[in-house]
Amino acid sequence: MDLIVCVKHVPDVSSAELRVDSSGREIDRAGLNYDINEWDDYALEAALILKEKHGGVVTVVSVGGEEVDRTLRRCLAKGADNAVRISDPKINTKDPFIVAKVLSAAIKTMRYDLILTGVQAGDDGYAITGPTLAEYLKIPHATLVKKIEVEDGRAVVWRELEGGVEEIVELDLPALVTVQTGIAELRYVSVLGIRMAMRRQIRTMQLSDLGLSPEEVASPWLAIEELYTPRVERRVEFIEGSPDEAASRIVEILRARGLI
Amino acid sequence: MGEILVLAELRQGEVREITFEALGAGRNVAAKAGLKLSTLLVGYNLERAEDGLADYCDNILIVEDERLGQYNSETYQAVVSQVFRERRPALLLMGHTSMGMDLAPRLAVELGIPLVTDCLEIELVDGRLYAVRQMYGGKLNCRVRAREAEGYIATVRQGIFKPVKIESRGLVTRIGIPVLPRELRRRVKGVTAPVKSEISIESADIIVAVGRGIGEKSNIALAEELANLLGGVIACSRPIVDKGWLPSDRQVGSSGKTVKPKLYISLGISGAFQHVMGMMNSQLIIAVNKDRNAPIFNVAHYGVVDDLFKVAPALIKKIRELKGLR
Repeated sequence: MDLIVCVKHVPDVSSAELRVDSSGREIDRAGLNYDINEWDDYALEAALILKEKHGGVVTVVSVGGEEVDRTLRRCLAKGADNAVRISDPKINTKDPFIVAKVLSAAIKTMRYDLILTGVQAGDDGYAITGPTLAEYLKIPHATLVKKIEVEDGRAVVWRELEGGVEEIVELDLPALVTVQTGIAELRYVSVLGIRMAMRRQIRTMQLSDLGLSPEEVASPWLAIEELYTPRVERRVEFIEGSPDEAASRIVEILRARGLI
Repeated sequence: MGEILVLAELRQGEVREITFEALGAGRNVAAKAGLKLSTLLVGYNLERAEDGLADYCDNILIVEDERLGQYNSETYQAVVSQVFRERRPALLLMGHTSMGMDLAPRLAVELGIPLVTDCLEIELVDGRLYAVRQMYGGKLNCRVRAREAEGYIATVRQGIFKPVKIESRGLVTRIGIPVLPRELRRRVKGVTAPVKSEISIESADIIVAVGRGIGEKSNIALAEELANLLGGVIACSRPIVDKGWLPSDRQVGSSGKTVKPKLYISLGISGAFQHVMGMMNSQLIIAVNKDRNAPIFNVAHYGVVDDLFKVAPALIKKIRELKGLR
């Protein structure tokens, strides 16, 4: 089967202190590490497992500049067969609707049975690109997918609802699924794999290859006016001092409440 | 007079709380902009649902058909887009839930109107949609401006907006069944029951929870030791279950368990909204995290900004001493 995985190259912010830059609309990117969006990593994993089971080709697609190649190479190292980067400075890559439009134009030129994306991206968290892409391609979709089985031109998928309940949905192929984290355990990237991937060709596509005009991909549906640290009323009392002093203070608090 | 339309979400014939919250969000905007507030109720056997909604909106629009008894993006998209085209609401609202996340993006493209997801605040300024939402795992907020359009869609985060009752009762209008797709390419096969757990973290008085900051599976032993010393149980945030380090019955948050223990010690959890939803009502929350700006400190009573691998061992040592253990 032909599997396409859409991936995004994002800053890893899980343990970073973020600062807003002088524009007031973006983060200061200095010193941040970039990597594949966590949800997309699981989408790739799901695609690789399907390929191992049913045979086929996994193609990873991303939108952005040369820096994105790092993430694409990591996907190749894990077992993807082809990588495509859609690159044009005229593309407003911050807008999920434009990114979906661009992806759809590129994917229309490819063969596919199943398209996989992450549920959302860890940077903007919109959760818009996947279903939007399915609408542009006019194919059925399912979001929040925790398990995929494929047979006879159909995919059966388990969607995460809430509180541990899942909905089982059948999709005619070709279809699109947005993958939830935890769908499978992520494989590690081998050093050898990385070395091999460095030598692989990443195909680039430009607007002219996609039949899109600059006007179609320039003006965003959504624009960020202001980015700021949330002004919340914190009730927290910070315990200062060395780890030892902090531990003593915690023990005091617990004893005062009869918890020890 | 224009209107704001809220798409109701049902689970087993009951209107979910998020619908009342979305109506609360809609009420604030409607009052400022001089708009009516309507609920669009789509489904089958809707008597119970209908009754509960009447105190929260001006109109209830009902689309009832056997084929709409279960949510399916294909049939629901057909219904909502046709109702939208007929009524032209200024704003369509729904929850940022498994339904809203599934449905809203495709609707936005089909109708050619912008969508803002997971909103914490919503405003219509001269008919244009502005919203506040979170980015970067809740570390920053942003104010988003949607492009000028004939109408808008927004999904609202759960647990943010308060339902607002009104004096009068909403008028019920039944709408004819819009055209539904003849052949479905997506079919709902059923719903699974939650997996039975071996332990119930909900009934524990003391919980020690670990998150991404724990780093390695083998480090969970450290948190376990602390939990055992305190007579508590171990729990975790989503990434730990995703990695397969702890079973899903230990997960705290909107897709896991909701807990209210006497003591919740959080180690290396940044505090994404989905996790905080499941533990914010604990009686005492003590959080250890290296990042002073981590959202977990927005709900913690006490915070230690330090390395958990220094603080937890020190704490274990102190408690052992206190208990006369070596």
